[in-house]
Amino acid sequence: MADVRQIVIDIISDIAPDEDVSSIDDAKSLREQLDLDSMDFLDIVMELRKRHKVEVPQEDYPKLASLQSCVAYLGPKFAAAPV
Amino acid sequence: MTYDAIVIGAGMSGLAAGIRLAMFDKRVLIIEKHSIPGGLNSYYQRRNFDRGGIRQFDVGLHALTNFIKKGEKGKPFSKLLKQLRLSYDDFKLCPQSYSAIRFPGTELRFSNDFELLRSEISAKFPQDIDGFNLLVEKVRAFNELDLSLGYTSSREVLRGILKDELLAEMLLCPLLIYGSAWEDDMDFAQFVIMFKSLYFEGFSRPEGGVRTILGLLMTKLQELGAEVRFKTTVSEILVKNGEAVGVVAGGEEIRAPVVFSSIGFPETAVLAPSLDARPRVGAMTFLESIFVFDRKIPLSSNEATIVFSNNSQTYAYRPAQNYFDAVSAVVCFPDNYEPHVRDGEGTVRVTYMANYQQWKELERSRYLEMKEKVGESALALVKSLVPGLAEKPLFTDVFSPLTIERYTGHFNGTVYGSTDKTRDGRTPVKNLFVIGTDQGFLGIVGAMLSGISMANLHGLMGEAKQGQ
Ligand SMILES: Cc1cc2nc3c(=O)[nH]c(=O)nc-3n(C[C@H](O)[C@H](O)[C@H](O)COP(=O)(O)OP(=O)(O)OC[C@H]3O[C@@H](n4cnc5c(N)ncnc54)[C@H](O)[C@@H]3O)c2cc1C
Repeated sequence: MADVRQIVIDIISDIAPDEDVSSIDDAKSLREQLDLDSMDFLDIVMELRKRHKVEVPQEDYPKLASLQSCVAYLGPKFAAAPV
Repeated sequence: MTYDAIVIGAGMSGLAAGIRLAMFDKRVLIIEKHSIPGGLNSYYQRRNFDRGGIRQFDVGLHALTNFIKKGEKGKPFSKLLKQLRLSYDDFKLCPQSYSAIRFPGTELRFSNDFELLRSEISAKFPQDIDGFNLLVEKVRAFNELDLSLGYTSSREVLRGILKDELLAEMLLCPLLIYGSAWEDDMDFAQFVIMFKSLYFEGFSRPEGGVRTILGLLMTKLQELGAEVRFKTTVSEILVKNGEAVGVVAGGEEIRAPVVFSSIGFPETAVLAPSLDARPRVGAMTFLESIFVFDRKIPLSSNEATIVFSNNSQTYAYRPAQNYFDAVSAVVCFPDNYEPHVRDGEGTVRVTYMANYQQWKELERSRYLEMKEKVGESALALVKSLVPGLAEKPLFTDVFSPLTIERYTGHFNGTVYGSTDKTRDGRTPVKNLFVIGTDQGFLGIVGAMLSGISMANLHGLMGEAKQGQ
């Protein structure tokens, strides 16, 4: 089973290299803790597709709000993904 | 040949859009008619036989707006860095000393520290400091990125807030000449964008000028495997059943399900005859004089980086009545960006408002004479700003609206594009999008942000999604 939490953190540190990802509170919204805007969320989605072939339709973007919700939402998608 | 996306034009917006699309594995083709990238902010060289060989000049770079310090977040420039995955240090930004708005008898200085402007206004327009603070709050609270806004006159907004008309004129002057397609006034959303870019954030210049920026963009495109074709002109945008399906370039048909055009809205409309819109061609175009001296101008005689000079109590931002308007000018001293290196040749640039129609009608010999006149007038202005500057320049180059038209393809040499912007980039043709100047975001930083946001909206999340 893929470590979804780590996958998302890796993506965030690549798209926003100046952010400190070591002390994120999983329950709190990412936007509250990091300087991420809607363009950055698009990049998270695009990287999930590019690196892991996982698709997130636009209406589901809000489900990526916190690390916790990312894991809950993406977990099953990763489980179903080909690789 | 088939691509996932075609971008017309390798200016700032086209290059940035290309990077975004290629970053997510789209096969992108950027088509540029000139032999080098940059468009309105490209570079060129001039040979100078008697003195020291070849010199390189930037077409447009006075100032990179939207200055931030390293690590500053949530600003347009930091968004741009993140979206293009470029590092702050690579831009080698050299901040301005300060800039000055000079009207008869009154000067306002501003710098990359906004408090300088506030204190200047408090000292010189004490009756208006409360109004100015109100304006600042209004600007801060305004969402200029709302793509659905209509037109609001900035002059009217200012009239309602400031008592002294001179202050309104002075504040408008740099904002208009650095970014208004409209004559004499600008849309308040554009005012807010410019106010933030110039007064809140400020100016810098990349070491090495515009080539530093273009080098970063071109390297990134190469790393991502995007294709850029130079010396290739798009002669037609192919439209089938109201939908863009590709272009004809260099005589070849090239297909793609989405086309981004950075060449201007009116210019794009002409390439797609079935496009049912005739956007107006903007009237604002300029003359640029560049002087090279055999030494740098001493800081003791002038330390401002940019001087917005206006020899009248009111600021007339409109096509010149008589070829060029010497009443007002922007004078840029690129050597006065930090770190103030003092050895080597010195450069000064002067921008005047021009009148395209009049320049267009000049026959060759008169055209050259008129350019000479512009140079003389601009040099006299530089001398008036730099007491004690007696020497003749080593080298002078003047370019006109016709030069701009010839090299960038912008109708009438217009620099800030059409007065009919398409804020969401859409055109009456499906999957044909306008990016850059005529999407309403201009200047180097604005054009790049436009390319980024339009590529995101219409290329990555829009109807032309991969695999559909
Ligand atoms: C004299 C001057 C000074 C300036 N100073 C500054 C400054 O100090 N700071 C600042 O931020 N901005 C400045 N600007 C403005 C800035 O340069 C522009 O706003 C910005 O570069 C616009 O970029 P763009 O991508 O929208 O359009 P463009 O740069 O116009 O890009 C369009 C590209 O399309 C190409 N093209 C056109 N037709 C075709 C065709 N049919 N087929 C293929 N290619 C085609 C053109 O050659 C061009 O490269 C200045 C501009 C000028 C002219």
